[in-house]
Amino acid sequence: MSTLKEAPPALEVRGLRTQFPGRQGLVRAVDGVSFAIRRGEILGLVGESGSGKSVTGFSILGLVEPPGKVVAGEVLLAGRRISGLDGAAMRRIRGAEVAMVFQDPLMTLNPVLRIGTQMAAAVRAHDRVSRAAAWDRAEQALTTVGIPSPRARLDAYPHQLSGGMRQRVAIATALLHRPKAIIADEPTTALDVSIQGQILAEVRRLADETGTAFLWITHDLAVVSSLADALCVMYAGRVVERGPADAVIAAPRHPYTVALVGSVPSGHAPGARLPQLAAGLPPRGADGAPDSGCPFRTRCPRATEVCAAPPPERDFGAGHTALCHHPVEAAA
Amino acid sequence: MSELLRIERASKRFRQPVPLGDRLAAWLGRPRPPRAVQAVTDVSLTVARGEVVGLVGESGCGKSTLGRMVAGIYTPSEGAVLFEGAPVMPGGHKRSPRVQMIHQDPFASLDPRMKVGETVAEGPVAHGIVSRAGADALVAETLRRVGLDPALRNRYPHQFSGGQRQRVAIARALALNPALLVLDEPVASLDVSIQAQVLNLFMDLREAAAGGSGLTSLFISHDLGVVRHVSDRVAIMYLGRIVELAPTRTLYAAPAHPYTRALLDSVPRLGQGRGVFHPIAGELPSPLAPPPGCHFHPRCPHAGPRCRVEAPALLPVAPGQSAACHLHHGGTAAAATA
Repeated sequence: MSTLKEAPPALEVRGLRTQFPGRQGLVRAVDGVSFAIRRGEILGLVGESGSGKSVTGFSILGLVEPPGKVVAGEVLLAGRRISGLDGAAMRRIRGAEVAMVFQDPLMTLNPVLRIGTQMAAAVRAHDRVSRAAAWDRAEQALTTVGIPSPRARLDAYPHQLSGGMRQRVAIATALLHRPKAIIADEPTTALDVSIQGQILAEVRRLADETGTAFLWITHDLAVVSSLADALCVMYAGRVVERGPADAVIAAPRHPYTVALVGSVPSGHAPGARLPQLAAGLPPRGADGAPDSGCPFRTRCPRATEVCAAPPPERDFGAGHTALCHHPVEAAA
Repeated sequence: MSELLRIERASKRFRQPVPLGDRLAAWLGRPRPPRAVQAVTDVSLTVARGEVVGLVGESGCGKSTLGRMVAGIYTPSEGAVLFEGAPVMPGGHKRSPRVQMIHQDPFASLDPRMKVGETVAEGPVAHGIVSRAGADALVAETLRRVGLDPALRNRYPHQFSGGQRQRVAIARALALNPALLVLDEPVASLDVSIQAQVLNLFMDLREAAAGGSGLTSLFISHDLGVVRHVSDRVAIMYLGRIVELAPTRTLYAAPAHPYTRALLDSVPRLGQGRGVFHPIAGELPSPLAPPPGCHFHPRCPHAGPRCRVEAPALLPVAPGQSAACHLHHGGTAAAATA
């Protein structure tokens, strides 16, 4: 067991910063994000639109389009640094050691190629195997994600499959090379609830059985609370709260997380008014970029003058931390 | 409570484009049966004045089609939709502006080239409720009702955030002083914090209207949590049919139909704990070729021989609660012989 403990995390991100030039100055889409995911662990990255959660995923894979740029930070895959590699080296890693699943499988699958052709191409992009062997591996991967009669599905075109099946194909494709980590960006958002339930159960099983680490990017707190081991809550490009999923959901400490959890209707009596957040944008400094103070202070009900200073990291034990001057006390 | 809306055994079929092969076959004198999607089958539902009925289902269950029939966008293929006792669309023309619909995506439902003031005024002016000159006061009052500053009337939709845009869409509907609102996934495209604002607005409007004319609504959503929060009664749809109809509290506490139960179980909830999944087995069948008998039988853990041949009717199982399931009405074992 001791060797397992000493093993480096499957995916580690340190001080990641990604910026885009904007009309009103620099946009710091990802502003110093760090986290680590162990083998078989699922980390939920939660935030609302524009919080930088998707750009974090793209930055890890080196897929940020110019003029956007990763300006700082390290990405380590099982202890090996993959940030800053050149295009060819990155292509050897992408899809083989770290893979990505997107929200809409119709956008990622080629509509005019059979599922098997596309999956076999993905196999042969990294491994020199025969066409037949590649199809066999594709078939195995489809079986792994719970697709019935996989051989027949390989002959199908994407439009002949349902949304849930297409998303399973996307996950199976990501699994082809047994990657150390899979980055999944809103993978069940476009699916119906009964199908979403199936996929979540399948992903949980895959993480436990194959040891693949998952970065699960979503806006849906309920989904991550049932799926993820740990959570990172993003606001304005920063991780404002992190910790074990149950702890963060049951006793959120950052006022933003409190507001997020509070605005989910199922936590309230039917018909009751839901707590509302004031509108507001992160304050900007003289150069047009956000200042170093707490980005949430313009909307925060607990904000005071000290919040213009960089918020300290508060530790609540068991890895549960929040960046806040005035964290919320845990309910008794 | 008096009845405002009555849907009587309404069905809606959409014809598929006829493929070349079928056209050739018809030309050769061997016509094939026309292909049609049965989007809504034999749905009956009444909504009382002041009531909010939630309509829940997965994609392809016909909830939006039913909403559109109520709003007078589609004419039912069979059956009738009666608003205040008269058909919503006699002869294919919408009778009254008093049924209004609010759509899911305020980015798509607002005209990007119209100022929001014009958008809100367009309906009332076209229906002769106010004169063009008198529209200003109505626009100002309506924008205030949805919590927007009337000074924003000269802005265009792109200058608003998603939540504000949905308020504009609600204002456009309210400007016609509707008796019935059809809301089709009104918060599905919004972030949770914005969703909370729009839901609060909806409940405020409802309370404000409760004394006067009453704001009756059909609230369509796939989100069981949202529907529970705003509805008095809930109808669950599966492949074109209502499978269960019950007061909100009853439906969530004691669901009668296996599909409702499975749906409630498969929704991830905050604080339910990790790794607890009870997904419904199987795929959603295509509405082009729904399974015979009870549409849910291929995925149902309780299905018996009768379910495979005989479609169950929506019948009462408890006061105010109806379910379309053989389990409650004679059992699933033997096929009833007629």
